[in-house]
Amino acid sequence: MTELLTPSQTVGPYFAMRLPWPEGPYVVPAGTPGAITILGRLYDGAGDPIPDGLIETWQADPNGRFAHPDDPRGPIVDGDLAFRGFGRCKTNHDGSFKIVTLKPGPLPFGDGRTEAPHIDVSVFARGMLDRSVTRIYFPDEDAANAADPVLAAVPADRRATLIAAAVPQPSGETLLRFDVYMQGDRETVFFDL
Amino acid sequence: MTVSEQGLIVPDAGKLALPEYGKPEPGNHPPLDFPGYKSTALRHPKQPLVLLPQRLTEVTGPLLGDDLITMQDADLTTQHAGEPQGQRIIVFGQVRDSGGRPVPDTLVEIWQTNAAGRYRHTREHHPAPLDPNFTGIGRAITDQGGRYRFITIQPGSYPWGNHYNAWRPAHIHFSLFGRAFTQRLVTQMYFPGDPLLAYDPIYNSVPDEKSKLRMVAEFSMEDTQPEWALAYRFDIVLRGRHQSVFEEPHA
Repeated sequence: MTELLTPSQTVGPYFAMRLPWPEGPYVVPAGTPGAITILGRLYDGAGDPIPDGLIETWQADPNGRFAHPDDPRGPIVDGDLAFRGFGRCKTNHDGSFKIVTLKPGPLPFGDGRTEAPHIDVSVFARGMLDRSVTRIYFPDEDAANAADPVLAAVPADRRATLIAAAVPQPSGETLLRFDVYMQGDRETVFFDL
Repeated sequence: MTVSEQGLIVPDAGKLALPEYGKPEPGNHPPLDFPGYKSTALRHPKQPLVLLPQRLTEVTGPLLGDDLITMQDADLTTQHAGEPQGQRIIVFGQVRDSGGRPVPDTLVEIWQTNAAGRYRHTREHHPAPLDPNFTGIGRAITDQGGRYRFITIQPGSYPWGNHYNAWRPAHIHFSLFGRAFTQRLVTQMYFPGDPLLAYDPIYNSVPDEKSKLRMVAEFSMEDTQPEWALAYRFDIVLRGRHQSVFEEPHA
């Protein structure tokens, strides 16, 4: 038996009534040792910021594990770590969003290859009838990124759209920049999942 | 143990048995570029999508739950001092996958207008009255049978700027996670017999007629509560799963 799926529809302009919550952008609580901040902006095809978008992130923990029954390796439990794996942030009037998280570990791909550390991203907005899916990779992982089977399937001249940029901070904290362009010369690579 | 970037665990060698989620049928989901809905023009990818294989990140997903939910979250009519204006309704249904398996313990989030067709949102300018007793937001977790139930009021229709005399049919926005990142779904529930459905580009963006009807709730006399509330059944079908085994070469 295969039933028809319920179709996707846009989140519309008013999702902010329900979907965001104060801790949403915090995959780990602020101040967690090793926490990294990812800042970005979401742009439309005219180069204008999208002020009514929603960014969601999902990722492995620093050990490359998921607290989820379908990770057959099981989680490595650290009772002290409040790690949700999931982030959600509404974009602001300037299209900006923020996610505070820990860098994920690498993952087995299933054929002996290894996926470089990455974060899966869903982009929602008014004017999007379905989400668009992209990935954030890390700028300090050149070797792992070069061996990543998903990046390898992306045209070489577009791979850079998936790699966050390091923004050096005097404090030594890790700040990354990841802008999302729906269209244009710098159009972000989006995936068919 | 202490989790640190230095202490990364090397992934296990050997077999990796993962679920795999089926693809939508052609016409099941709307296209990202749909001229009838003007705002899609600048907000859809123009480059071809790249195939993302379903591996660990895609077959797992956030299991959000109890810490986000209170008892009142599923009853939108008791979130304020008084009762909201409008027709009280029960919206209930089952979340299941395309193989017919219920999806238990999954977060369902909804938002909607009040009876007059007005959202409680700062960017909403429709000159219809706000209702001090209605916020229009709800959350619930599905039970072991994948079932959820909200008590709310019948939302109204409202005008929007897409084209001349454009009106959205009454609807309730639904957001679902399912069990995996791959199953994530945001949709809208419509009401049977709404004459505005025929004119709505968002509803009609779905190419397949039968798929469209998946978004229309079914009136249920059987579940309607005498002297109290009408009932609508809205079942939600997410992508189905089967098992795939990937072979890691032996070291």
